Amino acid sequence: MGVQEQSPFDVDALRDDFPILERKVGGDVTVPGEGPGDDTPLVYLDNGATTQKPNQVIDAIADYYREYNANVHRGIHQLSQEASVAYEEAHDRVAEFIGAEGREEVVFTKNTTEAMNLVAYAWGLEELGPDDSVVLTQMEHHSALVTWQQIGKRTGADVRFIEVEDDGTLDMDHAAECIDDSTKMVSVVHVSNTLGTINPVAELAEMAHDHDAYLFADGAQSVPTRPVDVGELGVDFLAFSGHKMCGPTGIGVLYGKEHLLDAMQPYLYGGDMIRRVSFEDATWEDLPWKFEAGTPNIAQGIGLTAAIDYLEEIGMENVQAHEDRLAEYAYDRLTEFDDVTIYGPPGDERGGLVAFNLDSVHAHDLSSILNDFGVAVRAGDHCTQPLHDEMGANSSARASFYVYNTTDEIDALVDAVDEARQLFA
Amino acid sequence: MGLGSDMYRQQILDHYKNPRNYGEMEDPDYTHVGENPSCGDTIRMDVRLADDGETIEYVTFTGDGCAISMASASMLSERLSGMTLDELKAMETEEITEMLGVDISPMRVKCAVLGRQVAQDGAKIHLGEMDLDRTKTEE
Repeated sequence: MGVQEQSPFDVDALRDDFPILERKVGGDVTVPGEGPGDDTPLVYLDNGATTQKPNQVIDAIADYYREYNANVHRGIHQLSQEASVAYEEAHDRVAEFIGAEGREEVVFTKNTTEAMNLVAYAWGLEELGPDDSVVLTQMEHHSALVTWQQIGKRTGADVRFIEVEDDGTLDMDHAAECIDDSTKMVSVVHVSNTLGTINPVAELAEMAHDHDAYLFADGAQSVPTRPVDVGELGVDFLAFSGHKMCGPTGIGVLYGKEHLLDAMQPYLYGGDMIRRVSFEDATWEDLPWKFEAGTPNIAQGIGLTAAIDYLEEIGMENVQAHEDRLAEYAYDRLTEFDDVTIYGPPGDERGGLVAFNLDSVHAHDLSSILNDFGVAVRAGDHCTQPLHDEMGANSSARASFYVYNTTDEIDALVDAVDEARQLFA
Repeated sequence: MGLGSDMYRQQILDHYKNPRNYGEMEDPDYTHVGENPSCGDTIRMDVRLADDGETIEYVTFTGDGCAISMASASMLSERLSGMTLDELKAMETEEITEMLGVDISPMRVKCAVLGRQVAQDGAKIHLGEMDLDRTKTEE
């Protein structure tokens, strides 16, 4: 089975929506006439960190500021009404996008990390004790790992890590050992931001539920790249970030089942989240506003709506097919070389990213040299330091793809890797 | 020249591939270890002083990291012999980038100065001016 000949949509036409892709970069090269100059086309392969934004999203944000900028839930005046409706409907749009019951189950946060902290503080600190356990995986992002680690220290709860096999998949036998009757929460990354592994979230959710535990899925890399339906996955909580799916920074989403969110106390207190306040006490607004204290990120919520519209226009099945194709192509091209180590599952079983190392070149040097050829990749531990310890590498380079990337760009990556190889030979 | 980065001139690559004064010293006057937490690079520096207790006689280093941090430590180990501890403590970042002889991009400066930071902190600890287990460089 080879790589699909073509993307399911017209990538060249779609690239016109992203003004930044026309940018030229110069890297570190300062001497004209020596190596690539400042007219190198940008090859942006750092989408796992953040994606670029189409005009449709940039315009939606600018339109809000130009046409109906006002605070929400406050004024009786027309602008405030327009802003409030747009901001509230953004929650409806997200609910529809991920198959949630309604806006009551969709809390806007600053990012995925804040969504995790919200549950860790509002639920974890209240509900966990020394007899309980929280089960994570060795491939969790620091956003989950550090958060639950600290909650574990404060509550005395045991924090367990499901081991990762050599092929980058979870050891499901070990998962069955870790998840037991003491387990109250299983927090698992849906698509690993380092290995590209697509974890069996639905199966883990069933295992969690068999022990009356909840399942929290980290959707930071999955929601942007594939159809995600909270009902089909059977998750109790899901978190993701707008900026990794064509939306702006400053907007993240916490999905939670309504009865669970309803039972949780607020995480932040202040304006906008209260119903009635006296000098002695206060009562809380309905969901989801109970968890959105203070003036929220209104423009960002509206921008996220535009991003979802944009992605659904392409179709999430098509986004996934395109990502699969690029992942497989990049995997195939990089495995042509004996001195390249790729971490995680094979090309046809992974999300749209490839973390790798070149034997002779440190990931930071590699990233610097790729930069000189206009190729933007991430270098470092990708917020998975303990996983890198397991991988036996203190860093790696990561190329991650999105809707506007092409196989030509992956060829440019491979050519630049070859330049680095020659330089250090 | 058709090759990639200006940052990777021959001198840098030479020191990276053939580091000078690489290894651990038998009985150093002081030893110090540091790391770049953001990238995992680590460097250990061993320093022997002359009889006056002020002049650096000999420096060795070991480490694990990128070409910039390793080449910088290698060059620094040569540069330091004959300098006084006060001169080492006064060593500015510009002196390191001049020593490297290339433009270091802003994101990589912390790689370039790791070795110097380890040597400087080690000197301050040796002189009783600082109390620190391990140097950690930030941006």
